[in-house]
Amino acid sequence: MSILVVAEHDNSKLNQVTLHVIAAAKAIGGDVDVLVAGKDCGAVAEAAAKIDGVAKVRCADNDAYGHQLAENMALLISDLGKDYKYVVGAHSTSGKNIMPRAAALLDVAMISDIMSVESEDTFKRPIYAGNAIATVQSSDAIKVLTVRHTAFDAVAAEGGRAAVEAVDASHDAGISEFVNEELVKLDRPELSAARVVVSGGRGMGSGENFKLLDGIADKLGAAMGASRAAVDAGFVPNDMQVGQTGKIVAPELYIAIGISGAIQHLAGMKDSKVIVAINKDEDAPIFQVADYGLVADLFNAVPELEKKLDEVL
Amino acid sequence: MKVLVAVKRVIDYNVKVRVKSDNSDVDLNNVKMALNPFCEIAIEEAVRLKEAGTAEEVIAVSIGPKVCQEQLRTSLALGADRAILVETDDELQPLSIAKLLKAVFDKEEPGLVILGKQSIDADNNQTGQMFAALAGLPQGTGASKVEIAGDKINVTREVDGGLQTVALKAPAVVTTDLRLNEPRYASLPNIMKAKKKQLDVLTPADLGVEVKQTFKTLKVEPPAERQGGIKVETVDELVDKLKNEAKVI
Repeated sequence: MSILVVAEHDNSKLNQVTLHVIAAAKAIGGDVDVLVAGKDCGAVAEAAAKIDGVAKVRCADNDAYGHQLAENMALLISDLGKDYKYVVGAHSTSGKNIMPRAAALLDVAMISDIMSVESEDTFKRPIYAGNAIATVQSSDAIKVLTVRHTAFDAVAAEGGRAAVEAVDASHDAGISEFVNEELVKLDRPELSAARVVVSGGRGMGSGENFKLLDGIADKLGAAMGASRAAVDAGFVPNDMQVGQTGKIVAPELYIAIGISGAIQHLAGMKDSKVIVAINKDEDAPIFQVADYGLVADLFNAVPELEKKLDEVL
Repeated sequence: MKVLVAVKRVIDYNVKVRVKSDNSDVDLNNVKMALNPFCEIAIEEAVRLKEAGTAEEVIAVSIGPKVCQEQLRTSLALGADRAILVETDDELQPLSIAKLLKAVFDKEEPGLVILGKQSIDADNNQTGQMFAALAGLPQGTGASKVEIAGDKINVTREVDGGLQTVALKAPAVVTTDLRLNEPRYASLPNIMKAKKKQLDVLTPADLGVEVKQTFKTLKVEPPAERQGGIKVETVDELVDKLKNEAKVI
């Protein structure tokens, strides 16, 4: 049984999510090959070869894959994928963009966002934004999967000594072009990959007041999130929204401030390891899922928390 | 340019989902159903293109049982010109839906196909990409901005960590993200008008597509219940617990 893992990277660095995807591949069992497709991506291939448990790295270094356009990547992956029983990627925006396209070219289904491997053909995945968990069994000869990276512990980035094999390919569909990219200057970690998330809700009262959370987020190295109510009220932009129709997060620590805990919000954060809620309404539903609840006025509690964190960290 | 918009009937996003006691599925009996929120954004985008004079006709298509006509009527009330239902009671998986959409695409020959990036029931995020692959079309997934310039369609995509813009050669496929637009509400006169708009019904056999299932759902369970924790009295106590009990700071 052989598995092809599609590596995520920016041509210079391997993205950490790939270590989690490889962990999922190892849970299936069998030889794990890693595909690094890009342009001048040799350093990424070298890094992938060092990952513990990788059998072989296949490096497709060509202009056609430089920006990992889905049209070209899917042609490459479906071409190589024919020789594998599994083709596995991350359930990231890149994986979601490329993998279904590759699956369709292979004329097989795809199982999205797996959170556990039950057997060689059976997987668990969240549906209805995590409000239900489905166990699905695939009968396709080639199984294309994307992995919820927070559900699998990363494999070690060092310890392996896999061979790097060049793939001579240059699939250019010629129907799409990369124009540009505006990556947010990350003063803070990215929301869906952060170890700590600090989120504010309608209780923050205004966009201006969100600045109150900066101090805590800085001290904890946290990403900043928000509830749909805060977004709808215009306090903060949509890309901060945690919830069913926003981002799904599962950090080690989630601090919900002035968030009542509507179903849509809980769907996006209830898999966090530790949840803290600060809200002045002691009946707020958020307290039913919080490990530690503090009934307090956030405008007093937040500055106090910031001061206290300063002392202990 | 013709714009084809694929829409799906799903549980209303405000409904709390419950799993059936026999673990076969979620309970959809007597539950409010609605247009998938991302599909609503797709319709809105197409209607705006028409209002701007870029699109001539907006066609809404849905695939599923007869009741999906309700969501097609909603789409018509929101501004689509006509609708197509590919009617089937079979279980539909994304690859089959993509094949059916490809058949509709071949028939209608639109310049742009817009879909929601995912449906809020199965959360697959696959259909648009699969359809694009089968039709050999370029794709812009998770779009927050769509600009049409001649036969180029510039799509700004929400990606992890920021935004990416790609230029697609028309005809192309766009899947919508939340920030693309804010859908309008259907007005009462438009709801009345929608009742008279054209709605054609086809079957998969009419389109020459066989609906297949290559995976099956063995079980649906509620997620592990999260136990509520404790209330702390002070900020000091909270920080102490986080540091010494949960060990997360």
